[in-house]
Amino acid sequence: MIASLVVVLPFAGAVLGLLLSRYPHGRSPADNLAANKRAAWFGVVPTALSTALVGWLAWENTPSATTLTTIDTGGIAITVGLEVAELSVLTAMLVGVVALAVQVYSVGYMRGESRYPSFSAFISLFTSAMLLVVFAADLLVLYVGWEIMGLCSYLLVGHWWEEKANSRAAIKAFLVTRLGDVGFLFGIFVLGFAAGSFRIADIMAADIPEPTLILATLLLLAGVAGKSAQVPLHTWLPDAMAGPTPISALIHAATMVAAGIFVVARLYVLFPQPTLDVLGVAAAIGMLGAALAAFAQNDLKRVLAYSTISQLAYMAAALAGGARDAAVFHLVTHGAFKALLFLCAGAVIHHVGSNLLGHMGGLRRSMPVTFVTMTIGYAALVGLPPASGFFSKDAILYGLERSSSPIQLVLYGSALLTVGVTGAYATRAWLMTFFGTGKVQALPEPAPGTAHVFDGREAPLSMLWPMGVLAIPALLLGFTDAGEFHLAPAVTALAVALLGAAFVYVTWRGAPERDPARLLGAFRDPCEQAFYVDRLYAAVFVRPVLALARGVVRTDDDVVDGAVRGAGRATVGLSGLTRHLQNGNAQLYVTGVLAGVLLIAVGAVVLG
Amino acid sequence: MHVVYPAVVAALLFSIGVYGVLARRNTILVLMSVELMLNAVNLNLVAFDVWLRDALHSGQVLTLFVIVIAAAEVGIGLAIVLAVFRTRKAIELDRLRELGEP
Repeated sequence: MIASLVVVLPFAGAVLGLLLSRYPHGRSPADNLAANKRAAWFGVVPTALSTALVGWLAWENTPSATTLTTIDTGGIAITVGLEVAELSVLTAMLVGVVALAVQVYSVGYMRGESRYPSFSAFISLFTSAMLLVVFAADLLVLYVGWEIMGLCSYLLVGHWWEEKANSRAAIKAFLVTRLGDVGFLFGIFVLGFAAGSFRIADIMAADIPEPTLILATLLLLAGVAGKSAQVPLHTWLPDAMAGPTPISALIHAATMVAAGIFVVARLYVLFPQPTLDVLGVAAAIGMLGAALAAFAQNDLKRVLAYSTISQLAYMAAALAGGARDAAVFHLVTHGAFKALLFLCAGAVIHHVGSNLLGHMGGLRRSMPVTFVTMTIGYAALVGLPPASGFFSKDAILYGLERSSSPIQLVLYGSALLTVGVTGAYATRAWLMTFFGTGKVQALPEPAPGTAHVFDGREAPLSMLWPMGVLAIPALLLGFTDAGEFHLAPAVTALAVALLGAAFVYVTWRGAPERDPARLLGAFRDPCEQAFYVDRLYAAVFVRPVLALARGVVRTDDDVVDGAVRGAGRATVGLSGLTRHLQNGNAQLYVTGVLAGVLLIAVGAVVLG
Repeated sequence: MHVVYPAVVAALLFSIGVYGVLARRNTILVLMSVELMLNAVNLNLVAFDVWLRDALHSGQVLTLFVIVIAAAEVGIGLAIVLAVFRTRKAIELDRLRELGEP
């Protein structure tokens, strides 16, 4: 019961926010401000209540399952029900806290924005959908939440749709994740028909033959790769950074992209070894490639986006290597510190008025609070003790070291290399943002999508508070699982990460005004373009489809429309022959009538 | 009197009317030709009414109807001819062909 309340509360907040925020309809700036104020209450209060209820569920700590209703479909029934388990409560806690922080943060970030009411309502709707995914007891109910999340992601990435690039990014995000979702839906069907039920508990208990299981989980994996931005469906995530920064923090860093990993963890017993190997290969390629791409990016948000892909691949690798608990642990810590990093990045962008690292520098004096919180975030990302990322990465590396997977060596080697590259790119972003000489200059009026130019020295309190609050779990969450700590992998990882960081620091120290990405040398351009995957897709998929579409248009214009137009022209031409008879002389017409009458009369006489 | 005589007269009258309608250019003469055709029909109606010994004399009754209609028709027709003449200073049928396809 409490679980359904948890899900419904943000949904109600979304409905109220959409319908009532502008209730006394007015268009003046004062009305806008009043609407924004109401929308902020509609956004924050239900999320806060929902988070409190999740906290209560965590306190109670009793697994339970409720079935609200059963929908009879004529085939396999759909049971609309929710299930509370340890994994779901943990993830829901993450979702609730991050969503609450983001709601509060956006009050400051989107101040004076005329479309803020719909923005906060969509965040509430997204929160509700994610909680539905987390608590769903039935695969089709899970799929409903899964799709609503995709929709909200589309709506929110395209929040500043006036800019063409933003709406394109939104469409790309929607289409690419949709491609995976098709596989996901069919995976659900295969599982449901094999087990005779869509209930997750029934499916897990069912005795499904291995080939069916491999097929079903591979299909599920397509959806997971789409949502969690894994190779080969990762290309939408960096472009999705066109959305407002709070959205990047909530959806594209902490929660929605974690949904794929969550689903694999939830259905983990169903995944046979071959599927896990496929996941492992994708993860091994993805984590190193994305980390290298992050190193060469010039846009702060894109650095964090590629970092998200890389960290999600870490979790996928842990799942592939059999370390499910480590993956879930990293999911939670990553959610906390990546959301923190994005919120800080938002504050920095707000301050500078630009996304580009080249425009930043020397911000540690003007933004002391952001500097401290973002440093905590980077420390957790790199895995420096005592930040949370240190413990969760250690757990993953330990799990991969002990893994019995056939590709264990690939996974472990890739993970270790990625630790080093992560240290390098985090250090680069940190140094270029907060150290060196300040390059901040007031821009006249920023384009939509780059946030406002901010006058003050530090972000407003409504933005600082969520950052401060999120910094606590990012720093301390690791100690909740410190009992599982293993010294050897931790020291190895720390040494590798520090090595990467030291390389960058030395390079930067030599010439602070130049980008440390020059370390990559000739390799820099491929990294900046993310190894030309986008171009490859454009050549292999986009251009042939466009050519096909053009062919279809031409066929439609020339053949189908040509037939219609030809019929019209032929009729006009034929009628040109007969219209000469209608010359206006009434006597000619009467002659014609008479001739006709005579013809009929003669015919009647002869034939009759 | 045998019915052939009035029938032949009526046929002749009708033929003259048809010729007038098709060949004359003067609109008033065309109207008169139409009257000739109507009267040929009237003649037929009366003759066959007698020949068939119709108890109700429907042929004669119908003749009265036709005469009334013919009077009305001539009234309207002459009025149109007058109007055409006032606007165009001509009543030749073959010159009134504004409604033809160009």
